[in-house]
Amino acid sequence: MDFDFSNDQEEIRQAVARLLDDHTSFAKSHDLLDQGTGFDRDLWASLAEGGWLGVSIPENYGGSGMGPVELAVLAEEMGRTLAGVPFGAAQYLAGPALVEFGSEAQKSALLPALATGQKIVTVALAENSGFAPDAVASKVVDGCISGVKSPVSDGAVADVAIVAALDENDAAGLYIVDLKGDGVQVDPLDATDPTRPQSRLVLTGAPADKLSGADAAAINRLIDGAAVLVAFEQLGVAAHALDISTKYALDRTAFGRPIGSFQALKHRMADMFAKIELARSNAFFGAWALAENDERLAEAAACARLTALEACQFACEESIQIHGGIGYTWVADPHLFLRRGWHLKAMLGPATIWSERLVGALKTPTEKAV
Amino acid sequence: MDFSDTPNEAKFRKDARAWLADNATLRDGTEKVQDAFMANTPEEVTAAQAWQKRKADGGWAGITWPKEHGGRGGDEMQQIIWNQEEGRYKVPPNIFVVSSGLVAPTLIAHGTEQQKTEILPTLLSGEGVWCQLFSEPAAGSDLAGIRTRARRDGDDWVITGQKIWTSGAHYSGYGILLARSNVDVAKHKGLTMFVVKMDAPGIEARRIKQISGHSSFNEVFFDEVRIPDSDRLGPVDGGWRVAMTTLTNERYTLAIGRSVGGMRAEELIALAAGVTLNGRPAIENDQVRAKIAEFASRQRGMEFTSYRIMTALSRGKEPMVEGSIGKLLLGKLRQEMASFALELSGSAAGIGETPKDEAGLWRVDYLTAPGNRISGGSDEIQRNIIAERLLGMPPEIRADKDTPFSQLK
Repeated sequence: MDFDFSNDQEEIRQAVARLLDDHTSFAKSHDLLDQGTGFDRDLWASLAEGGWLGVSIPENYGGSGMGPVELAVLAEEMGRTLAGVPFGAAQYLAGPALVEFGSEAQKSALLPALATGQKIVTVALAENSGFAPDAVASKVVDGCISGVKSPVSDGAVADVAIVAALDENDAAGLYIVDLKGDGVQVDPLDATDPTRPQSRLVLTGAPADKLSGADAAAINRLIDGAAVLVAFEQLGVAAHALDISTKYALDRTAFGRPIGSFQALKHRMADMFAKIELARSNAFFGAWALAENDERLAEAAACARLTALEACQFACEESIQIHGGIGYTWVADPHLFLRRGWHLKAMLGPATIWSERLVGALKTPTEKAV
Repeated sequence: MDFSDTPNEAKFRKDARAWLADNATLRDGTEKVQDAFMANTPEEVTAAQAWQKRKADGGWAGITWPKEHGGRGGDEMQQIIWNQEEGRYKVPPNIFVVSSGLVAPTLIAHGTEQQKTEILPTLLSGEGVWCQLFSEPAAGSDLAGIRTRARRDGDDWVITGQKIWTSGAHYSGYGILLARSNVDVAKHKGLTMFVVKMDAPGIEARRIKQISGHSSFNEVFFDEVRIPDSDRLGPVDGGWRVAMTTLTNERYTLAIGRSVGGMRAEELIALAAGVTLNGRPAIENDQVRAKIAEFASRQRGMEFTSYRIMTALSRGKEPMVEGSIGKLLLGKLRQEMASFALELSGSAAGIGETPKDEAGLWRVDYLTAPGNRISGGSDEIQRNIIAERLLGMPPEIRADKDTPFSQLK
């Protein structure tokens, strides 16, 4: 037993952190925010060049064949640096779906392009305010999908989407859809985090290539895995929001001393820290359960998701308050974190959905070794 | 990141299971709730000592202790495994957490060779139950303000004063005592730590009844109690540093003690399945489900946080401050869960009315939780520790820190 990252994994963190620190900044995030579409192409090219888009893609498809725990390290750093790139949907969901369920032809066509950044891949799970298979209404008839998927991360820039839809027997499945092909209309949405643009896909008989075997249970497992990885991204966001808060609290003075010397703020920041560490502990278990495909993945993922949602929102909201008036301004940095937190919340849905998933998982008694 | 056993750990778990199967009875869900670390009856003390002795004889008492001190020489992962396995059995409360979690590390860090040789084996075997004589009526969070005096008299020290909140003093054979040996220096600089035999003439322990109805802690009065200088623990006037060793160990002992959290979220599910809310089983209510999920996710997170602390220890780091996180989260979670459980019974709101009296179990938990939020350093003290030592915030203004104790108001 060992409940922390290994030295090798920490070295991976240092390497990717260097690259991200070199290519991200609050100024860049503000540019993306004001621009409201697109993504950080300079960072994207650097990540591709460094091989960071293929971390968990098998080596024979152009990746480096590492596992979900290494991907978790990346996710945390992407969150920390508020990276504005179409990373999450591709890495946490589309990649794993293709690796597990793609045919040889499907994998050969997409995985190398995903791993090298030549193609931008996203997922379109959500519709009807849900993202799990039971919310899906989009329908495949004669190999073509019709329906409305929303929200879809990076829909406007993505080349390909993995779309959840029902087959002629109303069984949920996953389908590859060429977003540049026929029957696809992409409408921009007004996102809380404009540095991560969202779209609505209106599909009208769009040609769909089925991923064989990706049934409802498999989709739920993919969602659980993604929730763990997103939790690490949330941890990165939350910890950095706390970090800018402690720096500000040491720097800013009132009544003749740093505001960080007042217990009202010290204790609030201690609460931010405690919530983050609690979420980190759940995320660690989730990463392990994902890597081992442990039967407790559903429970672990829901615990990681619920505590990460709470930690991230609390840290981001309180970061604004600790910064006072300046924190409420557009040009200041704290709202960048708040917005990213809401993007990550929208990515797999809020606590209401995950509470239900957790209680469902807890009700199934399993012999617990831990 | 590995939540599964290595081959060596699997072997350890197998051995532990085999020994436990031969020596204890599995829990069956009917056990009455108890204070995990406190005995509430003389019978519980006797049972706890007998269980400790049996574990010591079997080689399971001091899992992470060095072999030279009679321990097993194992690592923290083995301790986690043992806690998991022992937790499946009906065993008496672990009244030795002060002995093994607080006194032992303090002795190992600051004791003389003779003290270690004489005392450590008795800690393992359970012969000596220990208590921690630190807090006073006028000095709790501000521990350095204690007034109990230690006056040198030849080869002895003479102790006079009063301690309070001393858990288990009434059944402890020994205590570690922090007393003021010098009033002419600043308050932190005039303290000395001692080992004291609780049956020494001049010591009187009076039990205090808590809001839970239990009486697990005490006031302890010292009236001209003589302690030989050989029972001094650490340097004269150097007691503050010794006490810090004890307190940092206390924080993480409380944080990693799995069972101290009381009832489990799974037990809330069982409760909610059995009571009715708006004409339906409460477990079918969305608000109820959301609260149970929140509690479960926090409880799991705390458990894994304790594992992370153990991992840091096993890698040779000293994660003592991180213990504050677990300590901070634990009491509040227990309080909220128990309160929610009591409210689940609707208009009865915690009045036990079933033969099994499930509300009674939750009520005890609810009335025990406030103590969890105070003992071992209050929530507020833990937040100060996190903010100052982990987040680098300025320390509290301590207006009296350079004033000689005798001149303090």
